[in-house]
Amino acid sequence: MSAVIENHHDDHHHGPAKGITRWLYTTNHKDIGTLYLWFSFAMFLIGGAMAMVIRAELFQPGMQIVEPEFYNQMITLHGLIMIFGGVMPAFVGLANWLVPMMIGAPDMALPRMNNLSFWILPFAFFVLLSSLFMEGGAPNFGWTFYAPLSTTYAPPSVTFFIFSVHIMGASSIMGSINVVVTIMNMRAPGITLMKMPLFVWSWLITAYLLIAVMPVLAGAVTMMLMDIHFGTSFFNAAGGGDPVLFQHIFWFFGHPEVYIMILPAFGIVSHIIETFSRKQLFGYSSMVWAMLSIAILSFVVWAHHMFTVGMPLAAEIFFMWATMLIAVPTGVKVFNWVATMFRGSITFETPMLFAVSFVVLFTIGGLSGLMLAIVPADFQYHDTYFVVAHFHYVLVPGAIFSIMAAVYYWIPKWCGNMYDERLGKLHFWLSFIGVNVTFFPQHFIGLAGMPRRYPDYALQFADWNMVSSVGAFLFGFSQLLFLFIVIKTVMGGKKATSKVWEGAKGLEWTVASPAPYHTFSTPPKVD
Amino acid sequence: MSGGSYYVPDQSRFPIFMAFSLFVLVMGASSTINNLDNPESNSVYILYSGFACLFLTMFFWFRQVIKEHLAGLDSNQLKQSYVYGMAWFIFSEVMFFAAFFGALFYVRTFAVPWLAGDGAKGDAITAIELWQGFESTWPVITTPDQGSEYVLAEKSMAWPGWDHALKWLPLWNTIVLLSSSVTVHIAHLALKNGNRKKFNTMLGVTVGLALIFVGLQAAEYYEAYAHYGLTLNSGIYGSTFFMLTGFHGFHVMMGGFMLAVMLARSVFAGHFEEHDHFGFEAASWYWHFVDVVWVMLFLFVYIL
Repeated sequence: MSAVIENHHDDHHHGPAKGITRWLYTTNHKDIGTLYLWFSFAMFLIGGAMAMVIRAELFQPGMQIVEPEFYNQMITLHGLIMIFGGVMPAFVGLANWLVPMMIGAPDMALPRMNNLSFWILPFAFFVLLSSLFMEGGAPNFGWTFYAPLSTTYAPPSVTFFIFSVHIMGASSIMGSINVVVTIMNMRAPGITLMKMPLFVWSWLITAYLLIAVMPVLAGAVTMMLMDIHFGTSFFNAAGGGDPVLFQHIFWFFGHPEVYIMILPAFGIVSHIIETFSRKQLFGYSSMVWAMLSIAILSFVVWAHHMFTVGMPLAAEIFFMWATMLIAVPTGVKVFNWVATMFRGSITFETPMLFAVSFVVLFTIGGLSGLMLAIVPADFQYHDTYFVVAHFHYVLVPGAIFSIMAAVYYWIPKWCGNMYDERLGKLHFWLSFIGVNVTFFPQHFIGLAGMPRRYPDYALQFADWNMVSSVGAFLFGFSQLLFLFIVIKTVMGGKKATSKVWEGAKGLEWTVASPAPYHTFSTPPKVD
Repeated sequence: MSGGSYYVPDQSRFPIFMAFSLFVLVMGASSTINNLDNPESNSVYILYSGFACLFLTMFFWFRQVIKEHLAGLDSNQLKQSYVYGMAWFIFSEVMFFAAFFGALFYVRTFAVPWLAGDGAKGDAITAIELWQGFESTWPVITTPDQGSEYVLAEKSMAWPGWDHALKWLPLWNTIVLLSSSVTVHIAHLALKNGNRKKFNTMLGVTVGLALIFVGLQAAEYYEAYAHYGLTLNSGIYGSTFFMLTGFHGFHVMMGGFMLAVMLARSVFAGHFEEHDHFGFEAASWYWHFVDVVWVMLFLFVYIL
């Protein structure tokens, strides 16, 4: 122990430790960011493979590849893995890499806890995935795990699911506390709140949302555990509880959760559009206020996921209007991105392609969300493929495109090499075509009445399902190209300058590429 | 900020040990719970080893942090980070309790009246067909299924009226816990004024009050199970009552344990200075938080 204390003074000048312990014991925000990003990519591929199983089964009507029970496990794990293992850790990885560099800090505020937040995740997902091999199979009740499907009718592995959610939540809470404390306490002198880069702002708000709602999720799964094993009746009407109570608690977590998965994307896209338009970002402060409004509103709209569950009319109306209100700050953001591009000297490098398509496709997802917010319309759309199309439009070309854009944009800073622009553009176009061919037809089959979460469907949905499956395979296999591009860039390539992009602004572009292991040992000067 | 440069701790093996301990703990907990009615299962030993690993790792991790602090390695900035970190951790705990209070308010305001036929026409019909004769009261003693699935209690923990107030344990628990918040504050003031002896005494009194609280709570649970027939199994009232007071009691134990550690550090190692005692202060914040939760419990679980 004391050796650690005596050695610390040399630590600032050291590079990374040698061997595997570098990754196991690291307290370095860049190492931990890298771990998060690779972990989320692995989860993206596993969750993606499950999506391929789903689309293969839905390629034709009738049962061909998997049993219905296994299909249910696939849709459940696909959702859980993509949300908790793919998108969220990827954003935390980006926060780890970028937030300290953007605010001129040496590292995250609580570096050891940072390591803990990461290393819980592989264990948590090992527990979750191991349930596939248990008696009765993996969780099969959908990622929303509504009671009583997840209580009375759940397979025994639900206990493992509950505890894995518990430790994932602990990881998220610790990670978010770290981000909030870093931003509140570690900014270099001169970086006032309203001078913070928007990615930092977006993560400050996201982290606040996470700290507020992850404990609520922990409460929900705890009630499930007690109902299943210890005889309580939270979600059982026979004892005076209510299964609808589960949905209220779950969506009180779940709706802020969807903004947790999109706010950092807003931050990323703002940076990229600003850089490649070679202009000042339009409406910085309105961007900040828009994100804050979205975050606050996200706490009072949860029941729009439950319009058909039988709520009082007054509640339906309130949640409808509150939900529609969110379109206002979101509209401000889309307007600002477009206004930033207006009369800019735009070039379309890969990050910009992803960012621009984010603006367009995310807006499509937002508009279908607005349709779903209308109570009488939702009565028709509820639990159809229209909903599937809606949230995949905001999550895939929304959240995931922004993550890919961020990787292309900052990877020269991370490893010092430029990626292959030609391959990057190829990856973009394959993904862009794939994602639209997959999810756009799902609007049609949803409006035509195809329900979600079934392994089979009526004949009239056959054509569009086949198109959708072809698109999904195209999108899925294109991501192997992404993996190849990333590995190729890490291994070598044209050397990147410190500034990398002509129009880049911000502290992270003032340090060398690749960024030194310890970026700032004293606070940088900021004007 | 000491010397104008930042402090970054060296590599540490504690975090991954802790992650591994949590892994053993959750594997042990899941398989133990899944094998509750299987007497041949040994899963509980995995659970025990998970707890053991967790406590050991936390002990050595905190020891390291304290050593670094005493060696003067913590910059003012890092100290401030601990302050913010603790505040946000308490906020997350508030939200955890909010989920259970939310459940309580929901069943009291909506679910139970609806089950008894209140509300729009549709609800009333369902309720009359499914749960004939169920009447909406709080506490719910007779469950909608009239005890066919759940075991009915004889009596609730609600306010017994002024005549029986002095024999009512929750009132004493409230007095004990509110006083303990005062004593921990007096201890804090004493520490700030450099009065070590008073600090130790008042902190000791606080820990004693914490123990009394946990003892009274245990007595109350015993009474509920043995004499009232009120258990986790007695429908939504038992569910909300035991989960809310149970999690609160668990937090009292954690907070009391933290304060006991602070007491031991002060008595045996002479830790904490007049202007440098955030370890203690964090534990005392936690204690005040636990106290506030109790006040809410007292109001909404016991009185109203």
